[in-house]
Amino acid sequence: MSTPAVPTPPAQADEPVAGPVRLPIAHALNRGLRDALAGDDRVMLIGEDIGRLGGVFRVTDGLQKDFGDLRVVDSPLGEAGIVGSAIGLAMAGYRPVCEIQFDGFVFPAMNQIITQLAKYRHRSEGAVSLPVVIRIPVGGGIGAIEHHSESPEAYFAHTAGLRVVSPSNAHEAYHLLRESIASDDPVIFLEPKRSYWLKGDVDTTVAAPAFDRAQVVHPGDDVTIVAYGALVPAALKAAQQYAEEGVGVEVIDLRSLSPIDDATILESVRRTGRLVVAHEASRTAGLGAEVAARVQDEAFYSLEAPVLRVTGYDTPYPASRLEEDWLPGVDRIVDAVDRSLEH
Amino acid sequence: MKLDDLLSMWRIRALEEKIRDLRLEGPIVGSVHLANGQESVAVGACSQLRPQDALYATYRGHGWAVARGVPPREIFAELMGRVTGVNGGRGGSAHFSAPQHGFHGENSIVGAGAPIAVGAALAGKYDGSRRAAMTVFGDGAINQGAVAEAMNFAAALGLGVVFVCENNRYSELTPIDDMVAEPDLSRRASALGIPAVRIDGNDLAQVRTATRLAVEAAAAGRGPSFIEAHTQRIVGHYIGDSEQYRPAGELERDLVVEPIARLTRELLADGVPTESVERCERRAREEMETAAAAALRDPLADPATAKEHLYA
Repeated sequence: MSTPAVPTPPAQADEPVAGPVRLPIAHALNRGLRDALAGDDRVMLIGEDIGRLGGVFRVTDGLQKDFGDLRVVDSPLGEAGIVGSAIGLAMAGYRPVCEIQFDGFVFPAMNQIITQLAKYRHRSEGAVSLPVVIRIPVGGGIGAIEHHSESPEAYFAHTAGLRVVSPSNAHEAYHLLRESIASDDPVIFLEPKRSYWLKGDVDTTVAAPAFDRAQVVHPGDDVTIVAYGALVPAALKAAQQYAEEGVGVEVIDLRSLSPIDDATILESVRRTGRLVVAHEASRTAGLGAEVAARVQDEAFYSLEAPVLRVTGYDTPYPASRLEEDWLPGVDRIVDAVDRSLEH
Repeated sequence: MKLDDLLSMWRIRALEEKIRDLRLEGPIVGSVHLANGQESVAVGACSQLRPQDALYATYRGHGWAVARGVPPREIFAELMGRVTGVNGGRGGSAHFSAPQHGFHGENSIVGAGAPIAVGAALAGKYDGSRRAAMTVFGDGAINQGAVAEAMNFAAALGLGVVFVCENNRYSELTPIDDMVAEPDLSRRASALGIPAVRIDGNDLAQVRTATRLAVEAAAAGRGPSFIEAHTQRIVGHYIGDSEQYRPAGELERDLVVEPIARLTRELLADGVPTESVERCERRAREEMETAAAAALRDPLADPATAKEHLYA
């Protein structure tokens, strides 16, 4: 690795302040990127409209101004070029963070991700590390069109060699992003875009659990819900409703979609005997199917009811007028929990 | 000098021919793509690269690895799945890499190395090293979107990428002329604002000059260059290719102009003794026999380790 000859501009990162700050997820991510850029000269950002504009979701706002256009690079429109050049940068010792503008736009980059990024470490017998983070705003619920509302996580989770993580709140967004950038593995970082303006307490000085661990975010002993990203707030709302009725719903935020933290899920299901998996992505061959299969492999005799899935439908993402009907939310989660409890 | 060039080309030819024998005899398993007839492009282009420059090759990349200094013994071992292979037998014929030699990997997705080379050049711009990033691909790759994307990316940001198109006339198994309306492939690059040349890839001097200028441009921060080097493969696309697509007489004509035959004729015409010329071939073949025999004695990679190296 050559030492950058270009002086790093003075870091404009806010000094860590003791105690939490209330931030929306988009600002927590911006803070995470800023601190990563300030803390490590090898971190570079690359993507469409991320520099001068600051990104369509404003996640990179102000970063090019403070760190320069050699570290926050506006790329031509072309996702294979973005991910490909991130791979080349990583081979040269850098830690690039790509922004894919919308979920559906990652598909032109799939070749680079699947055939190159995921495979290099294995095919080089560990000699080549590719510490690349690919940030992707995912999911629907913002009144956008089909390819601006996709949930592509299963494609990535199916590919060995990638890590796939997704935060559900602002504190997690900051820490998962910092840990993803620090990781020597390629990380697909899925940002639930309808939650960008969801505020939460962010404490940059208090680390979140390791980024490959699931986390119990609401304890309970009667039924387990595994969710991630935008459906974690919905699952929490459902759990609070059941709590008022004296039913204990345990909510697990999966956080790492690949690898999956089996231990945390199994410990919970062995206690509750019931499991509902909720995600916005379509049902067939989704993460819900994978979690269900793992649980029946390892905890079959603990199950009191079939593992149920709450998911999007097996259709393309619908036009905006239909998305409220299409998207799973609290109602469909409650319905599944009721069915599980009836068994 | 010219004798050294002949030896360098013979090393690649002898390596490829030994690989073919080992593939047919059994120690090498799986698909193998040879570059017989294209040696001058690899030898000429790599002669102009500096240690800090990065090379991205294709699945027809054994010769490029040799020209970059990767030891043949490690290549043989890699193709035979031995622990001593350049990647312990995990990469194989089409996917090995040796970054310590500036050889950042072959690639069996046609054109996929081009965007990666853009990143290597971007790193050179950022860290001030002004490294050149060379990506080599065939004529067929010119029809891949990622190559067009990479060329524009490099041109728009002024990055030191050297795009080398080895035009061997066949897009895998189909004549490239049937797959393009504009047979001058270099015009793809010039249309994007990249200085582009078409050269006789069998002429080492032309390859050297074009590459030298391209690497100098990269090092001076003048951005990318494109070299369309006309060449020919005098073997199948892969070992076992029956080559029905070749018109009658084509191979015979190619065998006259291919770079080893051409340089041999030049040397003899220059008055170099036949014995000196023949010694190049003999020496190269002996080196490859020795390297292959050593690799063959090495232990096979243990299948129990196949799940290793997925994550850091």
